[in-house]
Amino acid sequence: MKKLDRKQMAARVARDIPEGAYVNLGIGLPTMVADYLPKGREIILHSENGILGIGPKPREAEFDEDLINAGKEPVTLLAGGAYFHHADSFAMIRGRHLDFAVLGAFQVSAAGDLANWHTGGADAIPAVGGAMDLAVGAKQVLVMMEHLSKDGKSKIVERCTYPLTGARCVDRIYTDLAVIDVKPDGLHVVETVDGLDFQELQRLTGVALKRLASAA
Amino acid sequence: MIDKFVSSPEAALADVPDGATVMIHGFGNAGMPAALIDALIAQGARELTIVNNNAGNGDTGLAALIKAKRVRKILCSFPRQADSWHFDAQYRSGELELELVPQGTLAERIRAAGAGIGAFFTPTAYGTQLAEGKETRRIGERDYVLEYPIHADYALIKADRADRWGNLTYRKSARNFGPIMAAAAKTTVVQVRETVQLGELDPEVIVTPGIFVKRVVKH
Repeated sequence: MKKLDRKQMAARVARDIPEGAYVNLGIGLPTMVADYLPKGREIILHSENGILGIGPKPREAEFDEDLINAGKEPVTLLAGGAYFHHADSFAMIRGRHLDFAVLGAFQVSAAGDLANWHTGGADAIPAVGGAMDLAVGAKQVLVMMEHLSKDGKSKIVERCTYPLTGARCVDRIYTDLAVIDVKPDGLHVVETVDGLDFQELQRLTGVALKRLASAA
Repeated sequence: MIDKFVSSPEAALADVPDGATVMIHGFGNAGMPAALIDALIAQGARELTIVNNNAGNGDTGLAALIKAKRVRKILCSFPRQADSWHFDAQYRSGELELELVPQGTLAERIRAAGAGIGAFFTPTAYGTQLAEGKETRRIGERDYVLEYPIHADYALIKADRADRWGNLTYRKSARNFGPIMAAAAKTTVVQVRETVQLGELDPEVIVTPGIFVKRVVKH
């Protein structure tokens, strides 16, 4: 099978973001989606720290310490972009104004529960940022993650063993092996990577999957 | 004549007592009032409760205040950073208490304090560890968590421009928590890049009106 690398995963998510969408990209892998949004589609990126209309990364000579994204990386502002304070920024999130949030995850459950902020480890320092607000607030929550953990376990699980970020909040999961929709009656496989059939995906995945009529 | 300009960061913070709750504006370094934090360290107030999105980066600013062991408790959404070593050490040793708050709930609790709201229900964190022990309510089809405002004795803000009435403008994403913290504190102290004559700031672009501001220092 041809597993997707991180760039291919970002490109795959980007393909599904439609013209006119307001989108928040989480820190890390989801931030890479910005680099693959189809040219010619007007898509407005939101950042928790008070920005709508994030543009491309600046050249180093143009770094401005007052213009950073939620990951504290330097960014630029598109023509038409806007700045606002944190309470307004989270009104956009919590008030269901964002079309999509793209988030990373440790685990997603069959019911769409999301765990992505804390391993729960005794010496781990917890940090949540805006993840819980995005999980409950965005109209659609898209998760991007490797299908299997480093030790080969499915990150799609019956019940999350890590502390939850949000309950029943995930709409779609993009992994390096498949695209899977979370629906009230279970997990529906939308597509699998080349060379991976449904049975093999099911074998690798911790919970029962359903086959969409159009999927391989 | 109203004149909120103060001669130095030290003069602006001379009256901060031990045990005060101090909001510190900024998201990472954007909007962080470094000169005011340095003055607070020099001033010596101890046992502070700090409200900030983070818990300090590197060795300067809020990290330096933590390093100087002036902080008893911190309310923030994202303490863990690659360079949050001063926080990490004191959190692990138990010297520093952490109240972890989802970022939007942090912002809204600060906003609520400034707006005179007694409490509010938010869907954020429902069903998670961060809602454990909190009152919840089902309203319509959704479940909510009851959250209370965060009031402060002082807010330390970095803004871009100010006039002597304390009207403020900000710069780019350095606005972040400034406007809501300015309203939530009894005494709001602002560090600005530039001071201007009354009337020079376009009233259409003033972000924080001077009613929320007590002292302004150019730095």
